Amino acid sequence: MNFETIIGLEVHVELKTNSKIFSPSFNAFGAEPNENISPIDLGYPGVLPVLNEEAVNFAMKASMALNCEIATDTKFDRKNYFYPDNPKAYQISQFDQPIGENGWIEIEVDGKKKKIGITRLHMEEDAGKLTHNDDGHSLVDFNRQGTPLVEIVSEPDLRSPEEAYAYLEKLKNIIQYTGVSDCKMEEGSLRCDANISIRPIGQEEFGVKTELKNLNSFSFVQKGLEFEEKRQREVLLSGGEILQETRRYDEQTKETILMRVKEGSDDYRYFPEPDLVPLYIDEAWKERIRAEIPELPDARRERYISELNLPSYDASVLTSTKEMSDFFEETIEQGADVKQASNWLMGEVSAHMNKQQLELAGLPLTPEALAKMIQLIEDGTISSKMAKKVFAELVKNGGDPEKIVKEKGLVQISDEGQLKEIISGILAENEQSIIDYKNGKDKALGFLVGQVMKATKGQANPPMVNKILLEEIEKR
Amino acid sequence: MAEISKEQVKHVAHLARLAITDEEVETMTKQLGDIIKYAELLNELDTENVEPTTHVLDLKNVMRKDEPKKWIEKEDALKNAPDQQDGQFRVPSILE
Repeated sequence: MNFETIIGLEVHVELKTNSKIFSPSFNAFGAEPNENISPIDLGYPGVLPVLNEEAVNFAMKASMALNCEIATDTKFDRKNYFYPDNPKAYQISQFDQPIGENGWIEIEVDGKKKKIGITRLHMEEDAGKLTHNDDGHSLVDFNRQGTPLVEIVSEPDLRSPEEAYAYLEKLKNIIQYTGVSDCKMEEGSLRCDANISIRPIGQEEFGVKTELKNLNSFSFVQKGLEFEEKRQREVLLSGGEILQETRRYDEQTKETILMRVKEGSDDYRYFPEPDLVPLYIDEAWKERIRAEIPELPDARRERYISELNLPSYDASVLTSTKEMSDFFEETIEQGADVKQASNWLMGEVSAHMNKQQLELAGLPLTPEALAKMIQLIEDGTISSKMAKKVFAELVKNGGDPEKIVKEKGLVQISDEGQLKEIISGILAENEQSIIDYKNGKDKALGFLVGQVMKATKGQANPPMVNKILLEEIEKR
Repeated sequence: MAEISKEQVKHVAHLARLAITDEEVETMTKQLGDIIKYAELLNELDTENVEPTTHVLDLKNVMRKDEPKKWIEKEDALKNAPDQQDGQFRVPSILE
């Protein structure tokens, strides 16, 4: 029997506002435990949450970038649950009136484009972080409590773990472009739960789904789903039954492991949050936010192809992160040749970043310096071999390429008169090579070029040396 | 609204993490039933031409600027903790 896989993803994204969603505590990753907390975050009696306007703006921006309709009338609700990560015993979330609905994003797998629906995007507060000790106790750090979150729920439109991976990449890419979140999975500013079920091909009805948690990277999402897809098929083919359960992905064994079986639906007893008044988002507000959304990755990629005449491969690589794309644009704005800028960024710069495990922002290299270096190659001041030395210095210590060229004595000799003089001297000393060359020994020319380079400590402009050498040999 | 059942009372007690005896279930079932019955008095009002609302106050868009500030010190916050360790609240583990 052949099966079809149905996947839906729930993605939580932390918004990088300055303060928390309902309290003025600092919203920052990496502080000492319980440094950024307030009576509101701790759920003290009598405190009142007050909504952070910027959190709403950010949620709207994310919704719009994901092609969602923005609610005009919306509100917050209480989701009730007992767990020590949340001192109020309820999470302020949005239940029946999410800020964004009915969106979509386009993914591409194996050259095929596909629209994936987004059911909803809603605002909520993050919970604190628990560390379980092995003495039967847990430690709670409430720094994260109250961090603004948006939860983005996809339609069950994904048909393979590969599509799920492509969806996550695209979602992260778009959100990063809007600037509302870093979307760093390793810091927890992007988290993903996956729902997966399979059904015999041709069957309308969905099969029973399982939920995967503890997915710490996009590739673990894909691997976890691949395992689960296979497991469910084996269970069904052996006459078994899939139970509605939550499973976690174990990175060591590469298997999904049962966490708990779900009995009935969760009973969160949602009700409207009485401490917060409703939100009314008029057209003017929506338009103001819409105007702030920057050009998104797909539009940029198209522009790079149609206006900058870049190959589509270059356009895709350059727009894969906003950081790279912005860096590229600034480099060409500083006068660098488009294709050269693209080559350096996709080549040497990316290689260096991968090798050093650094992000662009972590490099001392600036777009201005890269542009200047490219210009120095273009105008013949330095050879591409010298450029590698300049580049190594730029990514290590930064600085001005022109200065580096001078300090390292890298200036290329491109002066025709000067080169002629040097070459005449070399030829006078190596008459045998001239004869050899004229007798058809091409190797002799290479030897002469080598002598010129040696005499100039590698600073002679290679194409010019070739040209002048040939001219001078002709004369003799 | 139908009468509240004992099962519903037990379920709600469990959700609220309250341990109640069978005797208390009896009492609660009656008391909660009475409360719901009393609240049902509201059904007598004609709300035909009244817009539904989610909040009792006629207010909307009460927001603050995104300006962070330090409010309490960690040491003070931890004074209210039942137990603490390494600058964190220490609680019994509840594993899902």
